[in-house]
Amino acid sequence: MKINNIKLFAIAILVSMTAYNCSDDDDVIVPSGPDFSGTYIQEDQMGRPAVNTVFVSSGTKDAFNTTVPSEQGAAFQSMFQANLEGLSPAYNEPTDANALTLTSAQFTGLLATDVLNVSLDGTTTFYDGTNVLTGRALADDVITVELLLIFGGEDFSENPGLSNDNVDANDKAFLSSFPYLASPW
Amino acid sequence: MKKTKFLIATAILGIATFVAIAADHIDAPAVQGGTSDITDFYAFQGEDAANIAFVANVQGLLGSGSDTQNAAFDENVLIEFNIDTNGDNVEDLVIQATPRDGKMYFFGPVTPSQTGLNSTIATTTPNMASVDITAYGASAIVENANGMKFFAGPRDDPFFMDFAQYGQIIGGNASSFNNPGTDTFAGTNVMSVVVEVPKSMIGSSGTINTWVESKRK
Repeated sequence: MKINNIKLFAIAILVSMTAYNCSDDDDVIVPSGPDFSGTYIQEDQMGRPAVNTVFVSSGTKDAFNTTVPSEQGAAFQSMFQANLEGLSPAYNEPTDANALTLTSAQFTGLLATDVLNVSLDGTTTFYDGTNVLTGRALADDVITVELLLIFGGEDFSENPGLSNDNVDANDKAFLSSFPYLASPW
Repeated sequence: MKKTKFLIATAILGIATFVAIAADHIDAPAVQGGTSDITDFYAFQGEDAANIAFVANVQGLLGSGSDTQNAAFDENVLIEFNIDTNGDNVEDLVIQATPRDGKMYFFGPVTPSQTGLNSTIATTTPNMASVDITAYGASAIVENANGMKFFAGPRDDPFFMDFAQYGQIIGGNASSFNNPGTDTFAGTNVMSVVVEVPKSMIGSSGTINTWVESKRK
């Protein structure tokens, strides 16, 4: 009897283990997708073109990239203004302004918060002669626009040798359809 | 007087300030030349005027051939498009992109679990899609899902500028740009992520503020 009990007990264990294994196999059938866990920590940030490059002093560029935009103005506007006034003879006088009628304080107040403004209501361009800061299209000559706003003075006429790099278009044609960017070289 | 001031300023700034180059290429020591180095950011109305296209480029100045062939998105790097819909320059929506095993995965637009410098991936959003990363030399692979379009892979760098002459001016070796200028970025490639989103998913009307971030696990 005792031996029979042991045998029955062994069978019961075997059955239960087999059954457990079956159910374990069921779990394994569920596919495991890619691992997206973890915390990602900021290294680089960009809104408008060339802002960090031109207006942020060399020892501060990493700090600018790791400051949230809502805090960039308070932290960096005065540095931007000092660098702009040091760089551009078009901002030689306190009353100087650019073609957007922005003084050095106003212009750098705009730029220090490094976000790109984008209109959801129509034309999207950095500047097309009519629309200003409504987006950034691939073909926009953003560097010449920025040079004009930095060096061109109130009517774009000052420092003509500094206010246009005379590279006005990309070296490959853009596509009219998604993904818009040209195939690689 | 103006010229003197300018020359002094350029001499000082040439030494002190202008180490980095271009739109955002190689902009800061911690990221330059690495897999999280953002080179450019674009946002514009799509071919379908009901949509906005966002472009984030990383890893600039890739030469044609093996340089681009060997370039790859980093699976430890998250590219995050940030969208502020209420004018406070804090992100209300994000679109996250990160690669795994030959595919670029996209999450959003979605309200992030937390704003700011640290992010977790919004794996529970229904706005989730993936696209095969287009190989160098292959036709662009485009995925459509949830009214959105997705692309990831090498592209011609759309940025153009006579950066070399700019450097000469800033360095005090030249007093003006050349005409015509020379595009320093001609013939170079970048790694691109392009996503197109219906405007109805990011605010419908008015002006949004947007920016792109790279974040590392």
